[in-house]
Amino acid sequence: MSKLFTSLIGPRIPPEELHARRWRYLTPTVIFMAARVLLLVSIFFPYWHMELEAPQYPNGLFLTAYCNHLTGDVREIDGLNHYIGMRPLGEAAAFERAAAVWMIIAMFLLVEGAAAIHSKWAVLLALPAVTFPIGFIVDLYYWMRTFGLNLDPGAPLSSSVKPFVPTVIGEGGIGQFKTYAEFGTGYWLAVAAAALIVVGFFFHRRAYKPLFANSQPDKTQRDTGREGATR
Amino acid sequence: MRMASPTRYRTMWTLLLAAGAALACFSPDAIAQQEGRRRRSGTQEAKPVEITPEQLAQLTKIANDRKLNVDDLLAAAKTFMPSGRHDEYVLFSSGGQSGQVFAIGIPSMRLLRSIAVFTPESWQGYGFAGDKDPIRESLKINGKPVEWGDTHHPALSETKGDYDGEFLFIGDKANARLGVIDLRDWDCKQVVKNPLTISDHGAAFVTPNTDYVIEGGQYGTVLGYGYALPEDYKKSYRGMVTMWKFDRAKGRIDESQSFALELPPYWQDLADAGKLASDGWFFINSFNTEMATGGVEKGSPPFEAGASKRDMDYLHIIDWKKAEAAFKAGKAEKVNGFPLLKLATLVEEGILHFAPEPKSPHGVDVTPDGKYMVVAGKLDPHVTVYSIERIKKAIAEKKFSSKDEYGVPVLDFDAVREAQVELGLGPLHTQFDDKGYAYTSLFLDSAVARWSLGGETAKKAPEGDWKLVQKTPVQYNIGHLCAAEGDTVSPDGNFLVSMSKWSVDRFLTTGPLLPQNFQLLDIVQSGTTMPVIYDSPIGVGEPHYCQMIRADKLKTWKVYPEVGWDPHKQMLSPDAPKKGDEGVTREGNKVLVKMTAVRSHFKPEHVEVNEGDVITWRITAMETAQDATHGFCIGGYNVNLSLEPGEYTEFTFTADRAGTYPYYCTEFCSALHLEMMGYLHVKPKGNAAVPAKDADHVAASK
Repeated sequence: MSKLFTSLIGPRIPPEELHARRWRYLTPTVIFMAARVLLLVSIFFPYWHMELEAPQYPNGLFLTAYCNHLTGDVREIDGLNHYIGMRPLGEAAAFERAAAVWMIIAMFLLVEGAAAIHSKWAVLLALPAVTFPIGFIVDLYYWMRTFGLNLDPGAPLSSSVKPFVPTVIGEGGIGQFKTYAEFGTGYWLAVAAAALIVVGFFFHRRAYKPLFANSQPDKTQRDTGREGATR
Repeated sequence: MRMASPTRYRTMWTLLLAAGAALACFSPDAIAQQEGRRRRSGTQEAKPVEITPEQLAQLTKIANDRKLNVDDLLAAAKTFMPSGRHDEYVLFSSGGQSGQVFAIGIPSMRLLRSIAVFTPESWQGYGFAGDKDPIRESLKINGKPVEWGDTHHPALSETKGDYDGEFLFIGDKANARLGVIDLRDWDCKQVVKNPLTISDHGAAFVTPNTDYVIEGGQYGTVLGYGYALPEDYKKSYRGMVTMWKFDRAKGRIDESQSFALELPPYWQDLADAGKLASDGWFFINSFNTEMATGGVEKGSPPFEAGASKRDMDYLHIIDWKKAEAAFKAGKAEKVNGFPLLKLATLVEEGILHFAPEPKSPHGVDVTPDGKYMVVAGKLDPHVTVYSIERIKKAIAEKKFSSKDEYGVPVLDFDAVREAQVELGLGPLHTQFDDKGYAYTSLFLDSAVARWSLGGETAKKAPEGDWKLVQKTPVQYNIGHLCAAEGDTVSPDGNFLVSMSKWSVDRFLTTGPLLPQNFQLLDIVQSGTTMPVIYDSPIGVGEPHYCQMIRADKLKTWKVYPEVGWDPHKQMLSPDAPKKGDEGVTREGNKVLVKMTAVRSHFKPEHVEVNEGDVITWRITAMETAQDATHGFCIGGYNVNLSLEPGEYTEFTFTADRAGTYPYYCTEFCSALHLEMMGYLHVKPKGNAAVPAKDADHVAASK
């Protein structure tokens, strides 16, 4: 291995060291793995819900966003939206939905990489997964805003419903509809994954930082590193 | 990696996956959330009632002001449906001469809907789809349009003798037809015409698994629409009963597997199929075994006297399994193209037996256990109860008292009779409950009689075997009656509807033509308590029989399963225009219009054709929301369709009247309903831009 590569991925764990303190090194790996699994599982759960209530819809209308598709009463909501001149929901975040599963798989692999890399640069690999939930909100807000503010001025109800920014989370309203939006299980799984990665890094650094320091021959003695590890 | 062996790695994976799955379900409503179907503001839950002294005073004042007594208040409490609350039962009622079926909620007695069957009905778009409407075609008899029906007896499909809520059959007495209604979409799918007789009466009744729908005839006739004068009555006239084979998978009567039984020219009346102990049999009453031919205008006794001379008529006892076997063995002869088992065959094969029954009875009703047949006397104050066990024994032992003129063996009355119960004047029809009681309508007494059954069921009622218990007056002249699931193997004993023929003074006067009165009786308590708790006027037609099914047995669609659904075929239609397919194409003088309807526009909004073009017009209702129904009418062309959510409709007509015709949505579908319209431009022959008359007008005004 080249020197640069070694400095990037950090030192490997000496077998006798791993044998002596197995859990110290396993903990970050296990936590990262849990985070990765949560992230993967989140694909199968909704990220976001909106319920719309109006007198003539006593059972409500529901919109459910998974990371990669929309379900629920999309057709009906689109039908209603055409009165106020809003574009069909299917046109929103088309790229994001198409790419979502691949993005999550990429994050999954990157976090796996982060577990294998013992240097502090591992953080960079985990960064997408940690910031993913925030990115989701920002993107959702962006599309809601874009759609809400760009209503067709020629729509039948353009005089009574002016451009607006739909409520991303919590209670909102438009026309005779009350809307309630909240995050779904999938989103909370992604948040949990991000939190676990942060926690995992604590253990990652605790385990590998001393080892890393020890592997710099011009700085510390190998023994010190071992002492540090036993402390 | 070196840090863990492959086995450990795998174990760890498994554990993690399990943990992940557990986490995924961390909230108890994760499943509901996954569906996103969690209601925020539900309807208010009912709480136990506590009436404050102030409320009691208010209630008392209202009651006194409106002259209501405590029984009235209780009746109101039993029947009142708060806004949004659903009824417990659905009553499917004959619509009488309206040719329709009515669906009524019980206990509220609110009319839910009518279902068009024998009469074109514009709201449902039934028979208003262009020049060659397939419904109107199916309503033709011998090529003649017959656009009404006298609906008599509805029959819900049964499985093991209990309503299964899948189909409903209804008979048209005037024209001997049967309608088949699919209860998924409450739409009539088929009308079959009996090829043997013009009119009937004993339809529809189903066998316990709905293998057959029984259609009994009534007035003797020359089978196959033949001709004969009354002098030839005994020789040429005949009665009949038809067994229509029902194909449940197709939801249609299979005419090719159906057959009829020739009967003597007595006037067969109501029928009922045996069940459980009497499965495989059915029973038909008769009157005019005198074979009177009337002729009051020539000085002969009128039918009403001539047909009531004898003290006894014949209960027809039919072994339909044997009849089916004889039909399948090819023993039927074709009359007017329809297989008919002749009387001689029926006698030879032991399919038909008679039992004497007192004078011109009306209904025959089989008890829930199938052991007894209750024959209501009509002109005799009794119900006569026959036992299937005794009947089977008498047939086996050949205990015949005589044979009729056509060679049919008549069983000995005493050998087959189980009991006779004197109830009062004019007993017509009988229903049952779960407490061991039977209920018989008394036409002349204008009352509902409750009486106790005998045999095993008698143990449930405290009054003992075959005893009259209570007579509750009804207003007035009760015909049929209907208890909740009261003609099945497991009646509910919950409510009873009296179909009172006359209402006289019960409602505001509506001119000389008065509504019928459907009255609700509470039959929950035993003994003599059986009050009338609601009167409901039926101002359309004169209904005959009805059946009451638990609402939760119906598996009704809220909207059609897919957009582009053909309700006649109950499948997605390949012809249904899809979004983007819309347009007008032409081949010679044949024009094809492909249209979609969605709130709030039709596409296309202009259709240009030439006078004389034959137009095939296809419309798909693109809606999926419950109740987002559109209509489609073309004024002046007798076209109106009901485009229910997801429904596909096609109609054809000749644009033989030039002009510009607005078409529009006839259902108030949305705030932009009025804007949901378009124009059919029928260009006059000779290519004039506008009709000559208008052109003159335009020229004159310049």
